[in-house]
Amino acid sequence: MDWRRFGFIALIILVLIGVVVMVGATQVSPTVIVVSMLATTISVATPLTLGALSGIYCERAGVVNIGIEGMMLASAFFGWFAAIYLNSILKVAPMPSLLIGVVVAILTGGLLGLLHAVLSVTYKVDQIIGGTVINILAIGITGFLNRQLFFERGSIFGGQVPHAPGVLPRFHIPLLADLPLVGRVFEQQPIAVSAVVLVLVTHFVLFYTRWGLRTRAVGEHPRAADTVGINVARMRYANVIIGGLIAGLAGAYFTLESVPSFEPLMTNGRGFISLAAMIFGNWSPFGAWASALVFGAAQALQINLQFFREQIPPQWAFLQQAYIVGLVPYLLTMVILTGIIGKTIPPAADGQPYEK
Amino acid sequence: MTREMSLVLQTKGITKRFPGVLANDHVDFDLYKGEIHALLGENGAGKTTLMNIIYGLYRPDAGAIFLDGRPVDIRSSKDAIAHGIGMVHQHFMLIPVFTVAENIMLGSETVRGLMLDQRSVAARVRELSHQYGLDVDPDAYVRDLPVGVQQRVEIVKALYREADILILDEPTAVLTPQEVEDLFKVIRALADRGKSVIFITHKLKEVFAVADRITVMRDGRVVGTVRPQETNEAQLAAMMVGREVILKVEKGPAHPGEEVLRVENLHVFDDRGVETVRGVSFFVRAGEVLGIAGVQGNGQTELVEALTGLRQPHSGKVVMLEHDVTGKSPRSIIETGMAHIPEDRQRYGLVLPFPVTDNLVLCTYYLPPFARSGMLNHEAIDENSRELVRKFDVRTPSPYVPVSKLSGGNQQKVIVARELSRPIKLLIANQPTRGLDVGSIEYIHKVIVRMRDAGCGVLLVSAELDEIMALSDRIAVMYKGQIMDTLSADEATREQLGLLMAGVKEEQDAIAGQ
Repeated sequence: MDWRRFGFIALIILVLIGVVVMVGATQVSPTVIVVSMLATTISVATPLTLGALSGIYCERAGVVNIGIEGMMLASAFFGWFAAIYLNSILKVAPMPSLLIGVVVAILTGGLLGLLHAVLSVTYKVDQIIGGTVINILAIGITGFLNRQLFFERGSIFGGQVPHAPGVLPRFHIPLLADLPLVGRVFEQQPIAVSAVVLVLVTHFVLFYTRWGLRTRAVGEHPRAADTVGINVARMRYANVIIGGLIAGLAGAYFTLESVPSFEPLMTNGRGFISLAAMIFGNWSPFGAWASALVFGAAQALQINLQFFREQIPPQWAFLQQAYIVGLVPYLLTMVILTGIIGKTIPPAADGQPYEK
Repeated sequence: MTREMSLVLQTKGITKRFPGVLANDHVDFDLYKGEIHALLGENGAGKTTLMNIIYGLYRPDAGAIFLDGRPVDIRSSKDAIAHGIGMVHQHFMLIPVFTVAENIMLGSETVRGLMLDQRSVAARVRELSHQYGLDVDPDAYVRDLPVGVQQRVEIVKALYREADILILDEPTAVLTPQEVEDLFKVIRALADRGKSVIFITHKLKEVFAVADRITVMRDGRVVGTVRPQETNEAQLAAMMVGREVILKVEKGPAHPGEEVLRVENLHVFDDRGVETVRGVSFFVRAGEVLGIAGVQGNGQTELVEALTGLRQPHSGKVVMLEHDVTGKSPRSIIETGMAHIPEDRQRYGLVLPFPVTDNLVLCTYYLPPFARSGMLNHEAIDENSRELVRKFDVRTPSPYVPVSKLSGGNQQKVIVARELSRPIKLLIANQPTRGLDVGSIEYIHKVIVRMRDAGCGVLLVSAELDEIMALSDRIAVMYKGQIMDTLSADEATREQLGLLMAGVKEEQDAIAGQ
């Protein structure tokens, strides 16, 4: 990550926050708006950050994973299903139900990661095709089971969506959350917090440990790794599964942390945007996190502007159209990927099956 | 010989079959402690296959390997390393974005707790480089190092793993003559300290300079093992090829005519945005060969791409046969009368899955008689290929087989046939004999001289100094994107060219001034 890139990211976030401050300043104090924007940004950036980290593990090891979207969607569904089943059928208390739901979501992601590894490492299927298969599979399975399990008479829930056990509670980070004014930024839910922790962990693992050195080696030059006795297939398997587990955690965010419900296609392209964040962040954890925050800020803009819809001045009237504001993250993705802000360099063997 | 004569490595009856080829056919090979044993043979003779078997990258179909007299089973490179075998591959196994220390420790890392112990690795690297005179900086990034230094890193990498047997696969292919001298010094120092070295090469001169024994391979078999003092170049060449070889290219004096190519102050950037051609000017006249010498990666690739329209030059001017073709499309440049034998024949010279017939009309398929009102005329295309296959002696079972099925030499003949069968005034040949067998090299060299004598201008780019010296009338040396100097081929010496290839010019001026 070069400073130019970080500067660009900071600038965009400032502009996005600035727009909300301008529009809402007549009603609410700017400090409150900025704090609210920052808190929302970090929260909604969570699945993007995790998705990008998932991509980093896979691609640093040389496996392109465009199936992150599908991994998230499937994990969101199965995590939610597990939580609701435990809570309403087995009468488990809400909190343990939610936590087990998170574990199920993570394992779902891991399983799909394993599938991707089998396809792309063992059978050397084109990795784009492998990822697409996972995306289509996830859309099909979640849509089908959602209808069968919840809306069919005679299903376990008797044709009615049962009451959900709620979402994971906010987490009071000691000291930081007690700060005056900005404390609210640090009141986050557990998956949001774990995403930030995973950014730090991933950075450490990739650049300071034996595991990271070997992972990067098989992603850059698998033959070189092979000649010094590293098992390329095993490293790739492990990293793609780790990526799947992280994508599973991102899936849990949608149904167990953000809203207590599942809708078909609810990941809404977030898996693909996280790949954009990974690329713009030059395959580095901090870079990917910063880029995820840009997309998060664009979404926070959309959410916060809704509160001030009435106050939008007439010359900014187009901002009243929710769908225009909703386009911002997707437009940003396109602009960023054009490479105006400088080219990024993928791992040299990214996407290439290793043939002995 | 005062060295103790204990056998450290022996192979017996190693046989390895790949689909359609017998790469190793009952190969017996042995290596003594402290010995430098050259393994000589043409491309495809099976040298690298044998070494990959010893290093555990391939499993032999039959045969056994003995280390210090005991049979061993080497299943992977990990086993080979554990047995004290190190290999420096022809294409370096280094990761450009890693530091020297990271590359050296990879696979044998030392850790403190969870963290890599960079400091102790760097210390060990410094110690080894001091001990063997292999100067490397452990903190430098490999991508910033010249190839000669990268090779030293590879050797240190093997020594770091405590290798006693070192296999060097074509180590001199990418080096300047001076770097080759330094490498030989290192190899001798290694042997003096009790390491055994297997030195793979296809260059005859080198084996006399450094080897204690020479084993020659051909078509997967060992032809014989000799000592350098008992043989000579002609005899070794005959062993390699299986027949007498004419090592010298026969050519008369050049009769240069008018200019066919003029390049003025050309600047070109590579894909990464690095300026690799930095202000190059030269000219080529009809009826002469201008050789561009230089170590690979000094801007030759980008220069040729800019001349042939494959890459947009940043600035400067290219005039071909009185047309300004700067930045024009490849087709319009071809149509002025230029032929191009590209550096990477499989990527840029041929469409591998296409049959020989179609590959022979890649430059002309849209012109009559091959195309008529937008449709291909297969009769004309077939007729053309029958004629060219005969005329250029392309060995192919049929003109309809995919060109990927042909040997390297015959693939190159397809390109040569396509390019030279058009009316051309300028031939740009980039590494035209790379990876070819001796017979094909002879053929290509003859064709280049014939084109010159027929009044065609030839720009020959080659990293093989012998090839440049044998074919050129004038020699320009490229170093770091610039032409260091242009010499007349009659006057140029290997030493002079070698120095220019290493970027040394002042010294040479000083010598000339004495």
